[in-house]
Amino acid sequence: MPEIIQKKLKVSALCELCHARKAVMKRPKNLMKLCKECFYNVFETEIHNTIVSNNLFSPGDKIAIGASGGKDSTVLASVLKTLNERYNYGLHLVLLSIDEGIVGYRDDSLATVKRNQKQYNMPLEIVSYKDLYNWSMDEIVSCAGIRSSCTYCGVLRRQALDRGAEKLGINHVVTGHNADDVAETVLMNILRGDINRLESSTRILTDSDNSPVKRSKPFKYTYQKEIVLYAHYKKLDYFSTECTYAPEAFRGTARELLKGLESIRPSCIMDIIYSGEHLSLAPKKKKQTVAYKNKKRIEQEINQDGSVKLDTKPKTNKCEKCGYLSSNKICKACVLLQGLELNRAKVSLDSNSAIDGAAKLSKTLEGLSF
Amino acid sequence: MAIKIKIEFLGGLDIISNSIREHKVTVPFEEGEATMKDLINWITKNIISDPKDIPVFIENETVRPGILVLINDTDWELEGMEDYVIEQGDVFTFTSTLHGG
Repeated sequence: MPEIIQKKLKVSALCELCHARKAVMKRPKNLMKLCKECFYNVFETEIHNTIVSNNLFSPGDKIAIGASGGKDSTVLASVLKTLNERYNYGLHLVLLSIDEGIVGYRDDSLATVKRNQKQYNMPLEIVSYKDLYNWSMDEIVSCAGIRSSCTYCGVLRRQALDRGAEKLGINHVVTGHNADDVAETVLMNILRGDINRLESSTRILTDSDNSPVKRSKPFKYTYQKEIVLYAHYKKLDYFSTECTYAPEAFRGTARELLKGLESIRPSCIMDIIYSGEHLSLAPKKKKQTVAYKNKKRIEQEINQDGSVKLDTKPKTNKCEKCGYLSSNKICKACVLLQGLELNRAKVSLDSNSAIDGAAKLSKTLEGLSF
Repeated sequence: MAIKIKIEFLGGLDIISNSIREHKVTVPFEEGEATMKDLINWITKNIISDPKDIPVFIENETVRPGILVLINDTDWELEGMEDYVIEQGDVFTFTSTLHGG
């Protein structure tokens, strides 16, 4: 009989679920060692349970998957397709991509999304900043500088996703934000004292008055490590290049901190999310004050730091410029774009006024006599 | 003696190795003696093209948190991490998990 040349496996090297195959990975969540098959099963089932227990979808829903071509959204598209077929969710899944207009980055990642469209047999809609705002990210950066690139991009993307979804007649966008991202955001909001955002940052489904489109994160409890492993073992086609513009420095630092913590205590990501979910903020203090003008008694909200909020809410909840839903008179995207337009015009105005100013000054000087 | 192995840089990590994702290399180690620790050291000297990129790969003398390490497609945490003894034909995969999704 031919000798078996296979390496002997120790029992401790076996999968802790099926006890039959060799374990290939250790789950950061509970340190369980699993084989590929059991890992796929556990990974997909956990996401299914998250979807079901949070009632994320109803049969017949049309869902847009915010797809960047990166690992998270690629795995999200793949897993949602699998689960939709396995558990008969009855969902119509569509890929929705944003083209920010970053040459050498987004054009390459969109090529990945186009391949995903064929691989997963889903319709694809691409919405571009250039079409929506008449500004591409490359133009914005050349005008406003590289340091604020993430601020612009973030605000514009949020609205672009909403508008893309509306164009498709869809009122629910799912994104690939994972547990690491959520923990990172909780940490960042704590470090910045951003209490308003802290409360909403752990919500799996955001459904605000500000937006006609719901957002949800089915990967809220899914570790980044497992997403990367899933993509690797399933040989999913994803794009992985960092954006050419500087990443948000503060988020980067929070991420480093979190990764360092995770290497010592892998469960800390879940623990931070848990803490975030269970924080309840003290209600804001209200104080009676007398109005300066007509000596009327009014109630004013006072924040913990002593600052007050002035009641300047407009009657309508639509942006005066673009007609988009907004809690302010002018929506954030319009405010940013307005600033950019001013900047664009200023360049020529500045030089003109300098010439005008100089000529006027010399004329005035000529007219002077002692 | 030397050991033939394959080293892969995935998930965008190929930026530290001249955009080459797959390296088939022969490392000047004695089989049965060299560990993962020796290999990591060898990589920083022989594969990373720009010394400035070493901190992208190494932190506190080991692979930086956020880089997933697989030895023959198995999580290195199950293979003894730095103490793993390198064998002929091994495949080492380093994948960055930090890039946007």
